[in-house]
Amino acid sequence: MPRLSYLKALNRALADELAADERVFVLGEDVRFAASNLTAGLVKRFGQDRVLDTPLSEQGFTGFATGAALAGMRPVIEFQIPALLFLSFEQIVNHAHKFSLMTGGQCRVPVTYVLTGAGSRTGWAGQHSDNPYTLFAHTGVKTVVPATPADAYGLLVSAIRDDDPVVVFAPAGALAVRDDVDFATLAPIPLGSGRVHREGTDITVVAIGHLVHDALAVAEELTGEASVEVFDPRTVYPFDWDGLAASVRKTGRLVVVDDSNRFAGLGAEIIASVTEALPLLAPPARVSRPDGAVLPFSAELDRAVQPTREQLAAAINLTLKKD
Amino acid sequence: MSTVDGLGLYRTVRLIRRFEERAVELVRSGDIVGGIHPYLGQEGVAAGVCATLGKDDIVTGTHRGHGHVLAKGADPARMLAELCGRATGLNRGRGGSMHAADFGVGVFGANAIVGAAGSIATGAAWARRRLGMDTVAVNFFGDGAVNEGMLLEAFNLAALWRVPVVFVCENNGWATTMRVADAVAGSITARAEAFGIPATTVDGQDPEAVYAAAEAAVARARAGGGPAFLECHTERFDAHHTFEHKARLGYRSAEELERARSRDPVDIQGARLGQIERERVEHDVETLLAEAVTFALESPFPDPVGALDDLYASGLRPRQGSGV
Repeated sequence: MPRLSYLKALNRALADELAADERVFVLGEDVRFAASNLTAGLVKRFGQDRVLDTPLSEQGFTGFATGAALAGMRPVIEFQIPALLFLSFEQIVNHAHKFSLMTGGQCRVPVTYVLTGAGSRTGWAGQHSDNPYTLFAHTGVKTVVPATPADAYGLLVSAIRDDDPVVVFAPAGALAVRDDVDFATLAPIPLGSGRVHREGTDITVVAIGHLVHDALAVAEELTGEASVEVFDPRTVYPFDWDGLAASVRKTGRLVVVDDSNRFAGLGAEIIASVTEALPLLAPPARVSRPDGAVLPFSAELDRAVQPTREQLAAAINLTLKKD
Repeated sequence: MSTVDGLGLYRTVRLIRRFEERAVELVRSGDIVGGIHPYLGQEGVAAGVCATLGKDDIVTGTHRGHGHVLAKGADPARMLAELCGRATGLNRGRGGSMHAADFGVGVFGANAIVGAAGSIATGAAWARRRLGMDTVAVNFFGDGAVNEGMLLEAFNLAALWRVPVVFVCENNGWATTMRVADAVAGSITARAEAFGIPATTVDGQDPEAVYAAAEAAVARARAGGGPAFLECHTERFDAHHTFEHKARLGYRSAEELERARSRDPVDIQGARLGQIERERVEHDVETLLAEAVTFALESPFPDPVGALDDLYASGLRPRQGSGV
């Protein structure tokens, strides 16, 4: 079976949607020469009219995409640096996201924002290492964080076809993941639908993005000691509460590992929502970045503020002992 | 050059004037909550520019946006119903004064964030051209917006990609309480010229002068000549926002205000017509607005159950704030 990398899966999804729909076009910085590799080969195949290299004007071209979408196109913006979302936050949240409601449903804004390399890239320091998916989920913008190549393909296709703005976070820690994939099985994956990567009966671990792979590794290490179920929401907004509830009803225990800052991070929302609705056998736990973290430069310091496998294993063991 | 429709221009400036006066009354009576930014005094700009546009052309407006919406052809009754928060409003009561939109006549929304709509208008005009249409977009903004970086980014993109967009600066001399002289280094038109966008300054109090300048700019954009920039010198006859009717901030002297009001676009355009045709327009406008006020005030308020209907075009329904 052919090997498909996560980054190549995103590239393939973009190419397929460009081929399928004339209204789809890509814009962003350095997309012509595919600095991040997301857009590799697309100019040659689709031309510069549909793969639009922009000047360094994040606010300008993000608003431009909103206007193009209002006028009937389906833009896909690439941001190579997650912190650029802070620059364009106003254009995404205050305009693209709000137009549908504010106009009483007169229009739609089908823009997709792809973050190639969200989270730590090791050594890129404070302003290139954020993973701000919780911010967008909080504001109600549809937010996707795929973990595997097939999910990256299927969720990006669905994001592009969706009539609302969607932010797709491709974690730096997942870009190199490769899977054996039968290309014929690649298909759109509906937004808001989670996935159980590994079944278990003792505890549910909710993991987001690249941390899904860490959670699977930890679950494997704990074989014999604990039966760990790994639940990947895939879309963080809208969240698959039904899918998670089904898992927690079975296991009765919950640990969340995610790359948010702890305070008001995604883990807090997941734990609050589950404990409001379901009885648990033991207090739940979160593994996340520290409160209000800024990633420091030096490699050891960078790792020190990211969630680790050791922390996750400890949280699982503690939760299992608490009943 | 087409012949200017002086009667049509008069009808539009008169409609906006009387609409805004009625709206201010409805703010005072409590029927419009949240207040408005009256367009009073600037009617000649919206009227002159929009008279050069077709139905499919696009405009984006501002927080002081009623004039743009009306001049582009939105129904005054549904506009007034929107201001009154009614279910029959243009935006079904979801937008209000600062977000009034009517996509059916190319109004891609008034916009409450100063300078933000420049890139939206640019993207919309670019998209329509890509879709094979000869649409022109007009982005209205005030003198306050010329210091917003995102507007300058839009100028750059528009010029770089020869987008059929016309940037119309309504320079009324004031960004809320700050004078242009205290806010703008260099000149306003030089900002456009720096990007290679031809800029014209025009008397915004004369609807026909605005029309002539806008017609040239729009024709150039439509023909593929790229963006153009108009600076319209105009006057704000009333407050920045109606809250000032109670909170007198004292930044404008009575003399300055009197001077501002001395050149009235409604009078200037009205003087070009005969008394009979002028009075007929005035009568028609009064009838239309009387019906609009009745329509707005007799319309139902939206059902709170549907407060977040339309949050998502795809129909997604968010969780409620209370689980109870």
